[in-house]
Amino acid sequence: MAVLETTNLTIRFGGLTAVSKFNIALEEGELVGLIGPNGAGKTTAFNMLTGVYQPSEGTIAFCDAPLCSATKALQPFQITRRGIARTFQNIRLFKELSVLDNVKIAYHQNVKYGLLPAFLHTAQYQTEEVEIEEKALEFLKIFSLDTKKAEKAKNLPYGEQRRLEIARALATNPKLLLLDEPAAGMNPQETQQLMELINFIRKQFSLTILLIEHDMALVMGVCERIYVLDYGKIIAHGTPAEIRRNPKVIEAYLGEEVAHA
Amino acid sequence: MAKRFSAILQLVLLLAVGYAIQMAMDAELINRYYAHVMTIMAIFVVGAVSLNLINGICGQFSLGHAGFMAVGAYTAAIITKNPDLILPAIFTGNIRFILATLLGGMMAALVGFMVGLPSLRLRGDYLAIVTLGFGEIIRILLLNWDFVGGASGYFGLARHTNFFAAFLLSIITITIIRNFIQSSHGRACISIREDEIAAETMGVPTTRYKVIAFVIASFFAGTAGSMMAHLTQMVTPASFTFILSIELLLMVVLGGLGSISGSIGAAIFLTYAAEALRAFRAYRMILYSLLLIFIMLFRPKGLLGNQELSLSLLRESFKNLRARWRRKKKDGITAAAE
Ligand SMILES: Nc1ncnc2c1ncn2[C@@H]1O[C@H](COP(=O)(O)OP(=O)(O)O)[C@@H](O)[C@H]1O
Ligand SMILES: [Mg+2]
Repeated sequence: MAVLETTNLTIRFGGLTAVSKFNIALEEGELVGLIGPNGAGKTTAFNMLTGVYQPSEGTIAFCDAPLCSATKALQPFQITRRGIARTFQNIRLFKELSVLDNVKIAYHQNVKYGLLPAFLHTAQYQTEEVEIEEKALEFLKIFSLDTKKAEKAKNLPYGEQRRLEIARALATNPKLLLLDEPAAGMNPQETQQLMELINFIRKQFSLTILLIEHDMALVMGVCERIYVLDYGKIIAHGTPAEIRRNPKVIEAYLGEEVAHA
Repeated sequence: MAKRFSAILQLVLLLAVGYAIQMAMDAELINRYYAHVMTIMAIFVVGAVSLNLINGICGQFSLGHAGFMAVGAYTAAIITKNPDLILPAIFTGNIRFILATLLGGMMAALVGFMVGLPSLRLRGDYLAIVTLGFGEIIRILLLNWDFVGGASGYFGLARHTNFFAAFLLSIITITIIRNFIQSSHGRACISIREDEIAAETMGVPTTRYKVIAFVIASFFAGTAGSMMAHLTQMVTPASFTFILSIELLLMVVLGGLGSISGSIGAAIFLTYAAEALRAFRAYRMILYSLLLIFIMLFRPKGLLGNQELSLSLLRESFKNLRARWRRKKKDGITAAAE
């Protein structure tokens, strides 16, 4: 069964077509890469998948249910509740909140108590808050962030901020995780740890993952399949070995890398 | 359970203190003028703390909080002045006043919903513009509504408000808003302030929570309006103008966006300062503007930032001060040695 399937997803900003006829399909449990030069439209594609942007055309189906079509579009929070979580290219943590509170927000969608129990701190409030706290702590432990639970998110070192953002996304209990350049700004050692983490969470939480990454070696190393985006269009699609040999890719993307090297 | 018990004990103690102060006022141990100012302080605490929920906790920007006070004030005044209007005549005296205050708050909440829903759906500063306009619209509507006295105002209200009533309302407001902030619903509001897009992708229905915060704040502003009306025994369209909204905003900013104790402190201090500087009343808009600019420049997070005043915070800052002082002394010594 396809977890995610898009058809002809297109978005225009004024005269600029940022993404055009974006067709991808992800099978359950896959780890798929989405690569392409800067400005190719990768982040924009994520924004459409998560409802942050409304596509100009095209449809998105998630587990065979439409998220977005010509007649209806779910809002980002509804899409999260269906089971898609994401991280951001420029980390978007709740900076002034504690590490623990950052994760607690993820459990808001399951909260059953209403406003009155919140105003009065009733027994129901107490029980549910204790549960939330326990769950959030357990989660921090998995990511070895439990010792920093009281720290403000903005005070974490860069690598841990990335880790917290992933932890927070996973706490929403997604089926599909979208990672937007999670290794950006990391040194090789941190990148290596991140890759191990991704492999670990993938098994632990039986996730399907779509990964945007600029670092070619990294993507080639972990992904089973890769889509290549250039100027908003998918120009190639296949296994890492196929992508590496594809002349269009070499021209559009690897050429850039070679030029840089 | 023990935590809950001590919280209730604390409340009871606070109320006892408030009641004792009221008794001292009744016995004229506290002079009438001070009693009046202290009552106004308590009412402004309600105004400032509720505005903080919108501007500080939720990160939105309202410039029309006084407008909701006006809605509450007029609604309650109409009910207490007309013995069988809206509420049946069996409710009289203070019971009628309490119900009228609740209804005033509810009316303000309803209006808050109608104003908030369209403007909070949009990201950006639409709320500031809409609430600014809303305050003016309310004022002009009241000016032209003869039933409530038009421009000359609505007079002859019974004096239902005393210090204890205002104090009780402020304690209720603070408790409810603080409890709200500590709940998952409150965290949802704070996450919007921190990063609206991230909040939404974490499953928080951001528009809904912005409206919820706005409506709760409007409710308490309405009750504060009723308190004020039944203290001064009149309401006029000039009672709740843009200047009052700015005064409340100043309290929130001065105390620190997001800090409840900061808002309380700033409300008390600014009410006192406004009284002490009564002679310069004509210039207060200039003063407020300068003060706002000054805070934004030098202390953009307010005096307390988004921290709450607590013993540990005091201890912490004392330690910092001492450390800084020691360092200075040491620097001085090394400088002298060089
Ligand atoms: N909100 C927007 N308004 C206008 N243009 C946008 C917007 N978002 C993205 N774009 C444009 O879309 C293109 C793709 O950007 P992006 O998706 O961020 O690229 P990538 O993530 O692949 O580096 C860029 O040219 C960018 O300027
Ligand atoms: Mg990008």
